[in-house]
Amino acid sequence: MLRLQNVYKKFGDTMVLNNVSLDVNQGDVVAILGPSGSGKTTLLRCAGYLTKADSGTLTISDKQYDMKKISSKDLREYRRRVGFVFQNFNLYGNKTALGNVTLGLRVSQKMPKEEAEEIGKTLLERVGLGDRMDFYPSKLSGGQQQRVAIARALATNPEVVFFDEPTSALDPELTGEVLTVIKQLADEGRTMIVVTHEMEFARKVATRVVFMEEGEIVEENTAREFFENPQKERTKEFIHKSTTWASMTEEEQAALEAGADALPDVIRHDADF
Amino acid sequence: MNERIITELVESFGKLFMVGLRVTIPLTLAAFSTGLFIALMVALAQIARVPVLRRLVRVYIWIIRCTPMIVQLFIVYFGLPTIGIKFNSFTSAWIVMSLSIGAYCSETVRAAIESVPVGQLEACYCDGLTFWQAMVHVIVPQALRTAFPPLSNSIIGLVKDTSLAYSVALVEILATAQRIAARTYDYFWLYLEAGLIYLIFCSILTVAQRKAEAALERRR
Repeated sequence: MLRLQNVYKKFGDTMVLNNVSLDVNQGDVVAILGPSGSGKTTLLRCAGYLTKADSGTLTISDKQYDMKKISSKDLREYRRRVGFVFQNFNLYGNKTALGNVTLGLRVSQKMPKEEAEEIGKTLLERVGLGDRMDFYPSKLSGGQQQRVAIARALATNPEVVFFDEPTSALDPELTGEVLTVIKQLADEGRTMIVVTHEMEFARKVATRVVFMEEGEIVEENTAREFFENPQKERTKEFIHKSTTWASMTEEEQAALEAGADALPDVIRHDADF
Repeated sequence: MNERIITELVESFGKLFMVGLRVTIPLTLAAFSTGLFIALMVALAQIARVPVLRRLVRVYIWIIRCTPMIVQLFIVYFGLPTIGIKFNSFTSAWIVMSLSIGAYCSETVRAAIESVPVGQLEACYCDGLTFWQAMVHVIVPQALRTAFPPLSNSIIGLVKDTSLAYSVALVEILATAQRIAARTYDYFWLYLEAGLIYLIFCSILTVAQRKAEAALERRR
């Protein structure tokens, strides 16, 4: 239903996206994993037309768009069909929670106030903030702000929702409430692309996982296959490193601290970077 | 200070205060609202990077900030009539002071707009808003809140600067005081009284600023 084809993007001389293509089917929850600087956020921003790609095409259901150039009429239409959730929430500071959710409906879609607020209230209740509708962002916790942002992204009932590291700016305690909301959406069959560092979340909620590094997709698989049976050496290393530290023995952790040479065989290959 | 002066000062206080209400305050409000509108447009022209306009706007700020207001007043009131453009005292002062507020406050407004996190603009785009809709509904309201204290400074400064219009024959507070004093020779007391009137008006504004800031604080 959403297809990105041959996306290229350079920042100066640095190739950030090098011929990336991605297919997302109805109901998919795609987790994009990868180290910092791998281009995963840029890919998402290009798909949301927040960053212009150097080239590439984007197809959503029946419509095809150029990722470098798009008419403002097409862009408006496209934006109604997708939602975007930011790492830093980006709530409007001068609007209440309800005002944040309804602004797009009222201004961009010229929806009457009552109708927009009806939708806004339903969505805020769904993310568990029925009692915070009249609160300004500064009076909400990070987790609550992110849930408002999710409700806002859902206001137009989009076909696909993009999440750019939705829990990275949150206290560890608050990530749970946000991930729970995203999981609910997944269970309802909402199509989503989630750039994340939350390995456990990717393992449990995503239907598919895309692993990126240096502007390219290294491996792409169902979530189960990806974690249980990774194909590429680099993917194995990434999964291992991101998940095993806590389960290491104290000696192994001390060894890791001491330096790669002192590492026992099991984890030595993880450390040579 | 004898009884005669006291009666005279009580009488002139009423006169000066009324002139303040009829001339100084309207001029301040007219010049400030026009100036603020200019400032907003100038700031947005720079932020939206409108090509030619952006250059013109820099030239405008440069000229207004680098020439004295009294010279500008003389040019508009005494100079322009020689090429056939004639404004009365009030209009001349209004034009010059609007342009001045516009130039000075544009920088304040621009900095305030830039202080609103750029992510909110991106969120507006994702909500389907255009640049201008985002400015009107989200960015500028927050920027004006940030800019409120420095803008209050400017309006208080403007109340006092309206006395410069004395030089282009506007009968405002200072001119009125001077006229009364010219009859009675009580310059000392009348100029003190004129100063008192400005003090009263500016104090009211100061209190209003504090109240308004507290009200704005409750809404965020």
